[in-house]
Amino acid sequence: MSLLNSVPEMVLTTKADQFLNWTRKSSVWWMLFGLACCAIEMMQTQGPRADVDRFGTAPRAGPRQSDLMIVAGTLTLKMALRTKVLYEQMPEPRYVISMGSCANCGGLFQLAYSVCDGVDKVIPVDVYVPGCPPRPEALTEGILKLQEKIMKEKWLVTKSAPAASAA
Amino acid sequence: MDASGIHERLVARFGSRIAGCDLKARDPWVAVEAAAVEEIARYLRDDPELAFDALSNLTGVDWKVENRLEVVYHLYSYRHRHSLVLRVSVPREAPQVPSVEGVWKAANWLEREAYDLLGIEFAGHPDLRRLLMPEDWVGHPLRKDFVEPDEYHGISTRRESLLR
Repeated sequence: MSLLNSVPEMVLTTKADQFLNWTRKSSVWWMLFGLACCAIEMMQTQGPRADVDRFGTAPRAGPRQSDLMIVAGTLTLKMALRTKVLYEQMPEPRYVISMGSCANCGGLFQLAYSVCDGVDKVIPVDVYVPGCPPRPEALTEGILKLQEKIMKEKWLVTKSAPAASAA
Repeated sequence: MDASGIHERLVARFGSRIAGCDLKARDPWVAVEAAAVEEIARYLRDDPELAFDALSNLTGVDWKVENRLEVVYHLYSYRHRHSLVLRVSVPREAPQVPSVEGVWKAANWLEREAYDLLGIEFAGHPDLRRLLMPEDWVGHPLRKDFVEPDEYHGISTRRESLLR
């Protein structure tokens, strides 16, 4: 965005795509998805000290109101199927942050018969936050990285070649 | 009452259905016949001098080499502050144990867990379903000969670990 000082009424100019992304990244509502001890750190991230509200994020209780799913904790195979259903219920554009070692790769429990080693085996992940569990600062950084990613999205301009030339 | 006193009372009443004991162990245990476990449990709970009013824990063990499964009951009496461990052995091919759900309600989920993870069937249990694993899971994962499936609903369970 740029400010046109030459115009007396102070006008902001931007591209439509960028404006769309700016509105989206400024209100990332995330779904509460605490599965294990990472959820405690996720609560702290939302609490008054780390306070991710200042970046426009807000916790939501259901998938249909959410833009972001923070998978916080050990994902069992039983929960993996439900995770997929919940992810499919989220409206697009939707994003996923995999929080902590367990959600990233199964972590400490990856050899257990009941554990899905990595949430990326079930749903696509945008940002991985390492740690066991990650501190609130780390999750905040993850959310900021996701906002950077959202700002680079192209919605109105498609880069793919026309169908005629592809055939 | 100490462990030997409890054991004496049990032997006096049930005789040969008490299969063995170790009263010097840190948690003194008494092994009993599988078919008699519900009757013995009821006696342990209702006798006023024993009064085992709490089932602290119920677990299972797979003794594969000896070809048997075992159910272990940890009992405690809040009235007399004494405890006892009951052990029941059943063959691996037909692991059937009478349910003690009618004696202690706490046994309901504990028996479901033992059924889920070890495949021990508790006869007379009102709702013997899996407790922890998914409903459509095949096999009982704490059995020593459990073979992990390669995938679960399209999710690969192959671990990329150096430990395997």
